Amino acid sequence: MDNSRIQLSHLVVKSVASGIKFLGALILLFPLLGSASFAQDWVRTGSGLGVDKVRLAVPDFKASSSDPQSAALLKTFNDTFWNDLDNSGVVELVSKSFYPLQVPGQPAEVTFGLWNSPPPNAAMLAFGNLGVGVGKVTVQGWLYDVKNTASPQVLGKQYADVATEDAARVIAHKFADEIIFRLGGGIPGIAESTIYFVSDRSGRKEIWVMDYDGSNQRQLTHLGSTSLSPRISPDGSRLAFSSLTKSGWDILMFSIDLNRTVSFPRFGGTNLSPAWSPDGTKLALSSSRGGNSEIYVCDSSGGNLHRMTTGKGPDVSPTWNRKTGAQIAFVSGSTGLPQVYTMEADGTNQQRMTDQGYAVSPNWSPNGQFLTLAWTRKYGPGEPGSSDIYLMDIASKQWVQLTHDGGRNDFPSWSPDGRHIVFQSHRSGKEEIWMMLADGTKLHQLTFTGNNSQPNWSWK
Amino acid sequence: MRDKTWKSVATVVALSAVMMLGACHKKTAPPPPPPPPPAASPTASISVSPDTIEKGQSATLTWQTSNATDVSIDGIGAVQPSGTQQVTPADSATYHLAAKGPGGTQEATTRLTVTQPPPPPVATTSSPTEEDLFGRTVKDIYFDYDKSDIRSDQQASVQADAQFLSQHTAISFTIEGHCDERGSTEYNLALGDQRASSVKNALVAAGVSASRIKTISYGKEKPFCMESNESCWQQNRRGHFVYQK
Repeated sequence: MDNSRIQLSHLVVKSVASGIKFLGALILLFPLLGSASFAQDWVRTGSGLGVDKVRLAVPDFKASSSDPQSAALLKTFNDTFWNDLDNSGVVELVSKSFYPLQVPGQPAEVTFGLWNSPPPNAAMLAFGNLGVGVGKVTVQGWLYDVKNTASPQVLGKQYADVATEDAARVIAHKFADEIIFRLGGGIPGIAESTIYFVSDRSGRKEIWVMDYDGSNQRQLTHLGSTSLSPRISPDGSRLAFSSLTKSGWDILMFSIDLNRTVSFPRFGGTNLSPAWSPDGTKLALSSSRGGNSEIYVCDSSGGNLHRMTTGKGPDVSPTWNRKTGAQIAFVSGSTGLPQVYTMEADGTNQQRMTDQGYAVSPNWSPNGQFLTLAWTRKYGPGEPGSSDIYLMDIASKQWVQLTHDGGRNDFPSWSPDGRHIVFQSHRSGKEEIWMMLADGTKLHQLTFTGNNSQPNWSWK
Repeated sequence: MRDKTWKSVATVVALSAVMMLGACHKKTAPPPPPPPPPAASPTASISVSPDTIEKGQSATLTWQTSNATDVSIDGIGAVQPSGTQQVTPADSATYHLAAKGPGGTQEATTRLTVTQPPPPPVATTSSPTEEDLFGRTVKDIYFDYDKSDIRSDQQASVQADAQFLSQHTAISFTIEGHCDERGSTEYNLALGDQRASSVKNALVAAGVSASRIKTISYGKEKPFCMESNESCWQQNRRGHFVYQK
């Protein structure tokens, strides 16, 4: 993989791809961002500015069979594929209105001059075809570097599956992820990831799951109570959450493989907000079993429970350093309004991260260097502040505001590639799930039915 | 088809008439009946005993008639000229007896009053119940925003609650911790838990046994008031007492 040829286009991407590059970017960027943010609230932060993204042309794939089913599957594939690449944040899609009339479905049909010069002026071209026969869907896809006419092929892939809408969507996700992996600095794409969340659309708050693009929404739990704070394990096999049972708020465990809850010990008191360590062997959670709400850590089986924090005020919403597993960030009300703190995973060295207001719901970035959190910086009677999503560099405590003027926003959760953040927002008038790039752009809504909250992105 | 039916009916009737005439012809003719005496007017009386019952009990209806050929009671139907019958109405009822005879019609009525039974005896002989007293006496404790300590204007409620609960040692109860809609779901659940614990601790300090007290937090999941203003938010920031049956 020739990294030097790829133009990195995003700060967070840079930071993952290269720690050294990141330090440079951080020193340059964050003092600017911090001071700018103090001066005025509404600044388009510069993480993607001044860097040209790869211009990628994506003509609709062509039908390679006359099967009547192929038209519907082709539309599903093309819509999903375009959407995945558009959401990725690593490419700039060339508008379809610039495309030549004849688009290729096969390598032999590519006319380079029509793509690599204006109006499309594309650097890359993704094209291919989809066919349906005997109940199977087959997709051939290519990624061409159209400026390199001598040796243009970057990728050539073929996929086959049963001819269903779901399969067409999955194939689109897989091929989009291949392209994003090559053009996005070697970081796997997120098109096959899932988002767990709370929805009340069945009448009670239950745990639901959807594909990362909002499709395929389905209910997981049917407990008829109130279930909150879903957290998927790093390997995707188990979901820890908090639910109101006969004995109070307990941590429950749902097996994704078995599609049912499995046994997990009851600790007594109010037990909330479980969080997986990145190696999947431990859970951090909030429990009031000893009287006060404190952060506890236990094995993923629920055994070996021990307390990490002491003192007055509720402690809740832990999140592990996703890269090292060596620190935990959490929310504490020990000094009044809740603030975000970090500590070593053994409970030592507590550091207050937020300096004012009402700060909750921290979530640690996959590269270990950032927190995203919900923060009402100006809080109190007469203050116009609302809860917005922020990005904070942990080492410097410099922060960037990502959402603006959009009602109450809470529970941000990082995508596996560290380029996106999913969160809940009241901006539409109802509690719904929204997604954006980690610089606040490409904001779009994922849920529309009922009230939906507390999204939690899968780890891969 | 209809014509045929009528024809056969007419034939049968005609044949029967001929046969009957033939049969009669063999007997001597009966003497003409004496002119009937003027018909006596019917008499009727009805009574119910007892005339007041509790719901579910029964009473006996007794009636007598004379000179009647057609006797009926509304709601029961045709009956013997004289008789008795058990009745068990759910509500008060009026029994209307009608006796028809050649001499005319005579009517009589009686009324049975049905009273509702007294409420079943309660487990404790005292009235009102402990649950009623609990609901009437024990006051919820209200909190300041983002606080779980009991503020000074709520101390009197806490002391009154503790006094009542110390006098009624059979009562077990739950303290629910609630928060207003502002703030975050997880933090509010932890805050509600602290509010419930704070009320519990104050009661225990005042002599109420901890074993009688359960606590639960609802955070902002079960608000009492749904509006977005301070008076509503204050309603929702509370430790709420629930009698435990």
